[in-house]
Amino acid sequence: MQNSVQSFCNALESLDRIQVEVLFQQALSGGSAIEVVEQLVVPALEQIGLRWNEGHIALSQIYMSGKLCEELVDRVLPPCDPDRKLQPRQAIVVLNDYHMLGKRIVYSVMRASGFELFDYGRMDVAELVERIIRDQIRILLISVLMLPSALKIRELRNALNARGIQLKILVGGAPFQFDPQLWQEVEADAMGLSAADAVAIVQRWAGEMT
Amino acid sequence: MNSMQRVLTTMSFNEPDRVPLFLFTGLQGARELDLSIEEYFSRSDYVVEGQMRLLKKYRGDCISCSFYAAIELEAWGGDVIFQPDCPPNAGPAIIRRPEDIDRLQAPHVSDSPVLLRVLETIQTLKARVGDTVPIVGTAISPFSLPVMQMGFDHYLELIYEQPDRLAKLMRINEDFCVEWANAQLTAGATAIGYADPVSSVTVIPRELYLKTGQQVAKRTIARINGSTATHLASGRSLPIIDDIAATGTAGLGVSALEDLATLKTAARGKLTLIGNLNGVEMRRWTVQQAEQAVKCAIAKAGRGGGFILSDNHGEIPWQVPDEILLAIVDACERWGNYPLDWIE
Repeated sequence: MQNSVQSFCNALESLDRIQVEVLFQQALSGGSAIEVVEQLVVPALEQIGLRWNEGHIALSQIYMSGKLCEELVDRVLPPCDPDRKLQPRQAIVVLNDYHMLGKRIVYSVMRASGFELFDYGRMDVAELVERIIRDQIRILLISVLMLPSALKIRELRNALNARGIQLKILVGGAPFQFDPQLWQEVEADAMGLSAADAVAIVQRWAGEMT
Repeated sequence: MNSMQRVLTTMSFNEPDRVPLFLFTGLQGARELDLSIEEYFSRSDYVVEGQMRLLKKYRGDCISCSFYAAIELEAWGGDVIFQPDCPPNAGPAIIRRPEDIDRLQAPHVSDSPVLLRVLETIQTLKARVGDTVPIVGTAISPFSLPVMQMGFDHYLELIYEQPDRLAKLMRINEDFCVEWANAQLTAGATAIGYADPVSSVTVIPRELYLKTGQQVAKRTIARINGSTATHLASGRSLPIIDDIAATGTAGLGVSALEDLATLKTAARGKLTLIGNLNGVEMRRWTVQQAEQAVKCAIAKAGRGGGFILSDNHGEIPWQVPDEILLAIVDACERWGNYPLDWIE
């Protein structure tokens, strides 16, 4: 499988759709959909995430490969499939900001990794608190691009605390890359530099919660 | 030396009297005048007064006359979203489907009240400072403007999947960018900041840049009637420094995520580097940390000229305290005097 992962990864990075499809179908002939997701797609996206963290590949490659994988996985593992990792309940949002690409990437990679999550789009703090309560969210992924939006996360945490709501908050986006201490300052529970980091962190939290 | 002499000297790769300092405090003018950001940018005389006060207060070596990035989208009929404590954001996309590109028409600068407000501001500032301080205008590159025109995700899909439509959009955007940049130069801008974050290797791989963003930059910069400095808005540039120099640009805004000494070695004699103080971390620096950061940047890139101390994004966040900005200025004046004999 190691060789297949590397080949799949190379095909994704170069956006060779035909080769991606061939390798995906080959893997499906030897395993179930969820096995292919866990043993081929997730490791490939992890590797791509690592190469992004190290500055070897670009945002456009991350976005296009994540979108491609999301489409492949949706075909074999539709949103209602019981093998989707629906629990714990989780959502992703752009807080305050109007820059949506980071959320779109993480959403695709999470779904391509077998997770199902609410996509809240863009929200302010007050609106977000109400949605979190209504949907009984236990893990929240927040994407921001601008520093003032990152600072609003602490406002969100305070508002949630005031309502007695406890949930895990995972943050990501440029301000956290430029200031590695910022996620702690805004009282997030973790920070991810890449979408693959998000998958690993949510997997860990999900394991702790069940 | 005055600021103009200082900047021109460093840009010709010679050492001026001291390292020039560009503090891109576009938003902070609103605070100086006790206005909201939206009010501040609504009138040319407000921006003139704000920028003149900031020039005196921070003793910088340029006047930045970029209002906010989304102003260009406004000229194309888009909306701008103002918030109290951050740069104005672009509203919904004006290109909702790729097919819209087939019918897209660029606005003319002379028909756009918001762009005319910028030109009026440049003219008044030029009348105030003459040739003593460089006035830096801004034009978003034709290759990066579509992020606001159609949304980042849809634009990346266009780049990869519809090269013909991309080429069509570039032709339209190039004409607009050239007209807008040249209007600012005619109004009195000394140089144009060519804002091109999509060309950064943070956003697209080098191979793709060579086929797209670099070609667009070469064609566009050749038609701009003055100097340009390319800014990648915190994006990485080291692997494409020579490629950027080949576009004809004179300067490059560089990222805090890359080592300034390595960048300087790569750019020596080809590009003047502008950067790379970390604008995000700056918010929680102490005065001592600010001084240390300035010393470090000057030590890495100051020798031989070709260096302007600045932040790494081309815009100082609203949240950075005055005390820290003044500490940066003080440190530049203390440690930036040539010859830089204190560097081992």
